[in-house]
Amino acid sequence: MAAGFFGGVHPAYSKEMASGSPIRKMPVPESLVVQLHQNLGAPPEPVIKRGDEVKRGQLIAKAAGFVSANVHSPVSGKVKSIGMYPSPVGSEGEAAAIIPDQQQEWAEGAGDQSDLSDIKKKDIPELIKEAGIVGMGGAAFPTHVKLMPPENKNIDILIINGAECEPFLTADHRLMLENGSEILEGARLFARAIEAEDIVVAIENNKPDAIEKMRELARGTDIRVEGMDVIYPQGAEKQLIFSLTGRKVPAGGLPMDVGALVQNVGTCYAAFQAASRNIPLIERVVTVTGSGVREPGNVLVPIGTRFGDVIDFCGGMREETVKLISGGPMMGVAQYSLEASVTKGTSGILLLGMDEVEQFENRACIRCGRCLEACPMRLNPSALSIFAERIEYDRTEEYNVMDCIECGCCAYVCPSRRPMVHHFRKAKAEIRKKARG
Amino acid sequence: MLNAVIALAVFGFIASLGLAIAARLFAVETDPRAEEIEDALPGANCGACGLPGCSELAKRIAEGKADIDACPVGGESTAREIAGIMGLDFAGGAEKKVAVVHCAGDNTLARKKYYYNGIYDCTSADILFGGDKACSYGCLGLGTCVAACPFDAIEILDQGIAVVDPEKCTGCGKCVQACPKGIISLAPYNRSVHILCSSHDKGGPARKKCKVACIGCQKCVKAAPEGAIDMDNFLAVVNYDEEIPEEVAGECPTGAIRVARPGRKILEEVLEAETEGGKR
Repeated sequence: MAAGFFGGVHPAYSKEMASGSPIRKMPVPESLVVQLHQNLGAPPEPVIKRGDEVKRGQLIAKAAGFVSANVHSPVSGKVKSIGMYPSPVGSEGEAAAIIPDQQQEWAEGAGDQSDLSDIKKKDIPELIKEAGIVGMGGAAFPTHVKLMPPENKNIDILIINGAECEPFLTADHRLMLENGSEILEGARLFARAIEAEDIVVAIENNKPDAIEKMRELARGTDIRVEGMDVIYPQGAEKQLIFSLTGRKVPAGGLPMDVGALVQNVGTCYAAFQAASRNIPLIERVVTVTGSGVREPGNVLVPIGTRFGDVIDFCGGMREETVKLISGGPMMGVAQYSLEASVTKGTSGILLLGMDEVEQFENRACIRCGRCLEACPMRLNPSALSIFAERIEYDRTEEYNVMDCIECGCCAYVCPSRRPMVHHFRKAKAEIRKKARG
Repeated sequence: MLNAVIALAVFGFIASLGLAIAARLFAVETDPRAEEIEDALPGANCGACGLPGCSELAKRIAEGKADIDACPVGGESTAREIAGIMGLDFAGGAEKKVAVVHCAGDNTLARKKYYYNGIYDCTSADILFGGDKACSYGCLGLGTCVAACPFDAIEILDQGIAVVDPEKCTGCGKCVQACPKGIISLAPYNRSVHILCSSHDKGGPARKKCKVACIGCQKCVKAAPEGAIDMDNFLAVVNYDEEIPEEVAGECPTGAIRVARPGRKILEEVLEAETEGGKR
């Protein structure tokens, strides 16, 4: 299978640090801070207050509107406070601080086994919505929205995204190796909901063991497993659709516009948990890696666990660590505090040492055009960055900055070391602000 | 030779006839007052009136669609001049306003939460956890307001904080819009007592983040005439309609209230006070 899409880059993958270590389950920490707004879209509304006792899997914030997601307590315990805490996405957000108790009791109904084949097709989106499932590849888009396309959209292909093109991260890789059959069960559930004829599992060729494992599990079924060329950003939704089907998602459009649905392998696993055991999304696999951590690995972490606690579980931080990133090195967000906590979209915690980090001076664009060759969205990053610098946001809009997927390829190849994505994020934020009025 | 001269003369005559007719036919009526008004306006084309430039405002004023004191930059003297051109009475307009940056937490006084190494611009820094200052309300000192100011009236001090020169400031309000933290506002030129803090944090956390934060103790509210200082969610806010005695500033335990006599930069006074061993 050809890479297909235009542009892209080949960063050092550095996955060997964590790819060999099996997923370890982290014990419940002494305290947690569960962010309420973990999804893309409207922030959900809290349904608990300070001093309340909560059970494991109990609803603590209810989705406000269609594009929003429920949040559940990952532990049983007492709500210490509800206030503003650092969220790993680059801001402070309303969060519930919870002190876990000894019993760790499940909420009523949670953990009940049920047979997947008993679930009716029309109930699937509601089930996913109740469980608060969002896209776990990083963007955290509420999954039920994707499962409820408008009447006139016919989706024929379901793509299970196991590409994991982001360097350093191995959470999806390990999940496929260890929970492959559950992922496929979850995928079948999604396929049933949208009546997709094809199910394709897409995995980059740098994970041959995962490809082999998934092929073995899919043998005798109609599920296809495709090895994808190793190029970043192969796992980006629009690029993956193009690589597999040759279909182009229109600017400003969604995969459903070309009859495709993409779900991350972690999301499939979460859907399986919700459907078969009635467990909402309260924990996820996080890759803790980089030269700054003593025991790199993949950890099953209760959502709301502080980064500091996760790092301590992985043997602690080395002294020479200079940078902490939530997510991968290409698209992740640098953190200033170990107090930030794991959310549904946290795929990795990356600790980089001095030799892995460079500081750059922001220099002028030399118009070499390398970013134009690298941009998988075929934008003109050079012009966009210059307009953003000049505060000409209307021109960045004209040049389609809103189609930027913030993959960072342009910044990666820029010989002037320009902070391209930072420019675009600023322009996008200002354009959105203007649109709101 | 002669033929050529005659031919050119004839061509010239025909062309001029055409121009003369066109000038009559397509003449655009302009109000001569609009031109005079434009001359009276400052000519900075800053857009503070909300229109694209001075000539547009002049046109509107001449048409009676804009007030004669619509130019906030020109202030009273310009309004008076325009009143003369328009043959109207000018009753005396609003007092001159100048921008005030409501933050005194410079790099020596306010804590930073991380080392910022991104684009040198407040809006960019604000995207990442609200900037590098521990206080989420404080001045980031990267000069977005300086870039926005058409009159070169704002500077960033070495300590990393924005200060407005009231003599250069025309009250156009460009910086008020540009500041991503929304901590710049317009205050009457002749008021001297300002609260240089915008933090709505409670006392303890606010103080931890910045030595000159308003901690919401309300001492100033009690010392000032009634209604002159109000509390807004743990932050004291000056009501500029009321005169406040300068002694009130001395009541502030953290030094968030500053006195700046008209025409002086607010922090200029502070720096002087510091060299005299005054309280910060």
